[in-house]
Amino acid sequence: MEGFLHELWIARWALGQGLLLTIAISAASILFGTILGLLVGVALAYGSWPLRWLMRVYVDAVRGTPVLVLIFACFYLLAFAGINFTAVESGLFALTIFCGAHMGEIIRGALQSIPPAQIDAGRAIGLTFHRILIYVLLPQAFRQILPVWINTGAELVKSSSLLAIIGTAELLFRTQEIVGRNFMTLEFYGLCGALYFLVNFCIERLGKAAGRRFALQ
Amino acid sequence: MTALLSIRGLTKRFGATEVLKGVDLDVNQGEVVSIIGASGSGKTTLLRCVNLLEDFDGGEIHLDGISIGYAVKNGARRRLRERECARQRAMTGMVFQSFNLFPHLTAIGNVMLGLVKVRHMSRHDARDRAQSWLGRVGLADRGDFMPAQLSGGQQQRVAIARALAMDPKLVLLDEITSALDPELVGEVLATIKALAKDGTTMLIVTHEMRFARDVSHRTVFMDRGLIAEQGASADLFRQPRTPRLAEFLGTANL
Amino acid sequence: MAYSFNFGVIQANLDKFLLGLATGLALALAAILVGVLIGLVCAFAATAKPRLPRLLVAGYVSAIRNTPILVIVLFVYFALPQLGIRMGKYESFTLSLAVYAGAYLTEVFRAGLAGVPRGVVDAGRAIGLTGYQVALHVVMPIMFRNSLPAMGTTFISLFKDTSIAAVIAVPELTYQARKLNTETFRVAEAWTTASALYIATCLLIAAGLRQLERRFPKF
Repeated sequence: MEGFLHELWIARWALGQGLLLTIAISAASILFGTILGLLVGVALAYGSWPLRWLMRVYVDAVRGTPVLVLIFACFYLLAFAGINFTAVESGLFALTIFCGAHMGEIIRGALQSIPPAQIDAGRAIGLTFHRILIYVLLPQAFRQILPVWINTGAELVKSSSLLAIIGTAELLFRTQEIVGRNFMTLEFYGLCGALYFLVNFCIERLGKAAGRRFALQ
Repeated sequence: MTALLSIRGLTKRFGATEVLKGVDLDVNQGEVVSIIGASGSGKTTLLRCVNLLEDFDGGEIHLDGISIGYAVKNGARRRLRERECARQRAMTGMVFQSFNLFPHLTAIGNVMLGLVKVRHMSRHDARDRAQSWLGRVGLADRGDFMPAQLSGGQQQRVAIARALAMDPKLVLLDEITSALDPELVGEVLATIKALAKDGTTMLIVTHEMRFARDVSHRTVFMDRGLIAEQGASADLFRQPRTPRLAEFLGTANL
Repeated sequence: MAYSFNFGVIQANLDKFLLGLATGLALALAAILVGVLIGLVCAFAATAKPRLPRLLVAGYVSAIRNTPILVIVLFVYFALPQLGIRMGKYESFTLSLAVYAGAYLTEVFRAGLAGVPRGVVDAGRAIGLTGYQVALHVVMPIMFRNSLPAMGTTFISLFKDTSIAAVIAVPELTYQARKLNTETFRVAEAWTTASALYIATCLLIAAGLRQLERRFPKF
């Protein structure tokens, strides 16, 4: 036990930085992914036929592909195409694409579940569709998807661990470096798991609290 | 002659509410007894205590001399083990308001399950017995249908066959026509009438007053957890002796 | 720089890719079978009267669902040997994935159990079936049928997660794609083929599931 605490103390900065990067990448990818998902979702719900078809291909392709394959594909293809992304940027790119497809489907579902009468009501008071979307439809959709959105955030935190494989220096990568040095696989992989659990547990709690505050009913 | 079913001082509470406040009732072999009363009077709870779908807090129930659910020795009351309770439940049959057929089994499968798993009959014998009972309720050709493919009246008749195939000493019927469309009620009541004629001992909770009067030998009126009045069905409906029953019958369809 | 998409490369390596795909499916199948057993035990334990089983199950589900699958895989593969538990790659990964699946299936089966109508349980008890018999002959068949859609989506999810096995050098589809990529630098071919195979398989499984659900609708 003392050996572990001693090693932990030595490794504290590395782990701390790794944890920070994990949180940063997760936050950034859910942010960008949600923006992308917004565009995709609106396109799927209200777009013209060719646009919807295109978005459908995107969403189904991404959702049918494992995240790891997505990460590898982005990593190697971007480098090959001459775009010199760092591991972090490449990873962020892949996770954003992943999140965008996921959120797009969720937002589409939420938008389509809003009674069409709401759009009629908006038109009746003279709003353009653009305004109806922003002031009437999206607020309702967001309230509805809040728990799922929080859940997607937790999923992204877990998926960010895969970025270790392409060399991103987030929590798992740092853990592997440490284990490579001191061979305390049991203790440090255990700690790594516990830290991810902690982050997701906090997200879950936050989500429940936010859900209570913003619930429609 | 000792009664087949003997209930003494039955009490039952749900949380803070006392639903049964000391019920005494006898049912003799071959008798058909109806229980009527307003909702909340405790009729269904009484029925569910007899076959131990509900535990009860005080009093005793004896079926064919056997103490149901609890062993009373030297004044101490001990609940019987679950295995023993299951054995006792097999002595009674119950037909429910919402049929409660097993949705994943065919009609004949529904009737056979108890025969195979509880009576330990061979599948072949169980099938024969089940088929014969389906015939008695008028569904001989519907054995391989799934419950979802049967009408409400047909489902209830399968439920009756399921209960009776087990050869119970006493059959409990809990508002068995309440969930049926009016035109389907007739076939179920006809089935029960036939069973009564064959001498099946039955305890029927119902709000079909005409049926209670026609089929049962004796009717019991429950009010707020107690038996307020009971008597021969033929007389009770014509001349209620208590004001409460008169009031109840006045508002009910006769 | 001119890059010509070389189908020949795909053709030459298709057998390896397909073998990898089959390996992934086999891993997913093994994992879901074990996972279903774990899920059943835990779902019933979660409805038990004493508090301890309920707490243990809740702890298990919460811990696994909040931990990345990769961390679980690495833990089982690298850390368990320190406790003396040694396993080959395949067994190790299947165990990890099964434990992961078990947590999700526990929730699936808990929902399925809650969806079994009380009246049907009463009917089972009324004909004299013991609690155990009611669970086996009445509750479980109904629960399984109702859980079919959720089990299906879990299986698809597990199949995609078999890509993680590449990290511990199990030669499934993703491993083969990466190998082709690093050996021949045919980046586009490797990754589009792998993706296409995954997507096609997921779509096929989903279509198969829809047929199954049509044949065995919920009660």
